[in-house]
Amino acid sequence: MSFAEEAVQPKKAASSADVAELLQWYANLLMIRRAEERLISLFADGEIPGFIHLGIGQEAMSVGIMSALTPADTIASTHRGHGHALAKGVSARAFFAELMGKETGLCRGRGGSMHVADMSIGMLGANGIVGAGISVALGSALAHKSLRRDAIAVAFFGDGALAEGILHECLNLSALMKLPLLFVCESNGWSEFSPTTKQIAFSLEKLAAAHAIPYARIDGNDVVAVSTMARESVAPIRTGNGPRIIECTTCRVRGHHEGDSQKYRSVAELSSLSAHDPIRLAVDRLAEAAVSNDELERIAEKIDAEIEGAIAAAQSAAPPDFARAIADVYTARGV
Amino acid sequence: MALLSIGRAINKALGDALEADPTVILLGEDIASAGGSFGATRALQERFGAHRVIDTPISEAAIAGAAVGAAMCGLKPIVEIMFMDFTTLVMDAIVNQAAKAHFMFGGQCSVPLVLRTPHGGGLSAGPQHSQCLEAWFAHVPGLKVVVPSDSWSAYGLLRSAIDDPDPVIFVEHKGLYARKSELPDDAGSLPLGKAAVVRAGADVTIVAYGAAVHLATAAADALADRGIQAEVIDLRTIQPWDEATVLASLARTHRLVIAHEAVEAFGVGAEIAARMADIGFDELDAPIVRVGAPFMPVPFSPSLERLYQPTEKRIFAAVSRVME
Repeated sequence: MSFAEEAVQPKKAASSADVAELLQWYANLLMIRRAEERLISLFADGEIPGFIHLGIGQEAMSVGIMSALTPADTIASTHRGHGHALAKGVSARAFFAELMGKETGLCRGRGGSMHVADMSIGMLGANGIVGAGISVALGSALAHKSLRRDAIAVAFFGDGALAEGILHECLNLSALMKLPLLFVCESNGWSEFSPTTKQIAFSLEKLAAAHAIPYARIDGNDVVAVSTMARESVAPIRTGNGPRIIECTTCRVRGHHEGDSQKYRSVAELSSLSAHDPIRLAVDRLAEAAVSNDELERIAEKIDAEIEGAIAAAQSAAPPDFARAIADVYTARGV
Repeated sequence: MALLSIGRAINKALGDALEADPTVILLGEDIASAGGSFGATRALQERFGAHRVIDTPISEAAIAGAAVGAAMCGLKPIVEIMFMDFTTLVMDAIVNQAAKAHFMFGGQCSVPLVLRTPHGGGLSAGPQHSQCLEAWFAHVPGLKVVVPSDSWSAYGLLRSAIDDPDPVIFVEHKGLYARKSELPDDAGSLPLGKAAVVRAGADVTIVAYGAAVHLATAAADALADRGIQAEVIDLRTIQPWDEATVLASLARTHRLVIAHEAVEAFGVGAEIAARMADIGFDELDAPIVRVGAPFMPVPFSPSLERLYQPTEKRIFAAVSRVME
């Protein structure tokens, strides 16, 4: 369901969010937003090959969920994974270089936007296949449990993936095996180019109940609400109580991919989105906490400088090396 | 030296790997007290516990996907898919995730998983429980595909597959599980990608893998009675396959027949024939002939299935053709 159909009221400031933390979240939100805004212009200028799927308007879920995770925790992401990657902590330089197809990219220019990953910080990859990351996260959770690591896994997926069979298999398996796995559904109301209401005959809440998996539905655009629920959910997962599901209601501002003109969406819906903007909500909270505009400006300037530096470095970086790429088809080629 | 069935050899390889490496885990349907459909995992859960030998629900896609995630995060999962026909349900995890990860993520991670699965007909198991689909996997860059033919190769190749850092599809033939052959007590691993010359001969080379190796050997025996000495090569690994051994044999015999149970069209034999017609062109004294199944689903009725499956006689006839 989308915001146009159901207005979700932001909760008032949660007590756990102190100002320093809120400022950090604001910076993280803005980093994702500004990075994606720059991707819009770079894509239009032909500097980003292929397809990109932007998560503008969906940043609070990445930042809020990641606020409850440690570097040892792992996440598996979706085709709309820039926010997850940046919030988990990938380097902006390697991120932009990857999207521009350069050797200095996260994946040496072999994956692009749909495969940004950084194993060293537990980012197991964006994914080009709807729902596929869910089972990867399930396996990661199995490894954490099996190797007795103090870590959990998070499976991000969109509401479009509710229609995928793999989700049902993974809900059952994770509940059966009591795996340390958090399911995060980013419900933006759209299954690619079609409204989810016309695609799905059930609710995730009832599906969760069928598997006896604790479920919560929150405003996915309110970073404080997301963080609060993430921490509340992650704690019992860490202590071995099995999986949980958070459904985050959010809105997709851009098209399914850049270049999608969204003619299938109403003007009324599109124009209503800014009222629920996660960054605007965060700024409102910071204003309530008496944080000055100047301070927010300084944060923005720092972020912009980092992004511009990353873009400039990516633009001048070398293209990937073909011999090195083909040598990496296998870890050990054998005979 | 003990005579052991292939099923027992696989069971021993799994047990020895679980013993040797605490990161090895087994995932599959009915692999615990049931011991797997063909008994390959018999008694392993009792020995190693339910946390390492994990009986799963009938969720092939999730099991395979979980194996990918687990392999990326420090485990060496071995997945059993009950029939190779059911690997249609694991294709995303294997083809889009496992096969690509090392390359696609710029070498950041490996996916050391093994997917064990039985192929092959002869049991009247019908069109959805008999197929030989190994060529599908051999066509995907990033996957390795192994097909043992006897107890020693099953044990040694499986140990290598488990230790290998890349995803390996390990294909067992249903009709061979009970077949006994020698397995040395101190058998170690056998290298992937290395073929074995199982019978030497100077007149013609027969390349085969899996159950077809035994058909080829039987055909070679019959040919010897006619004064034709056939060299039989057991490919053992079909991706990467041992081009050098096949080429060296062709350089001696100048004639090549390739036999497998899988459908002939677009199969492993087609790849070998194309490569040898290219790099071995000057060695060839006759056309390369393939022996495989006809282009049809595997039929159920025993009388139909007997006509469907490649036989020793068809290999004999193919060799006779290239000897003309």
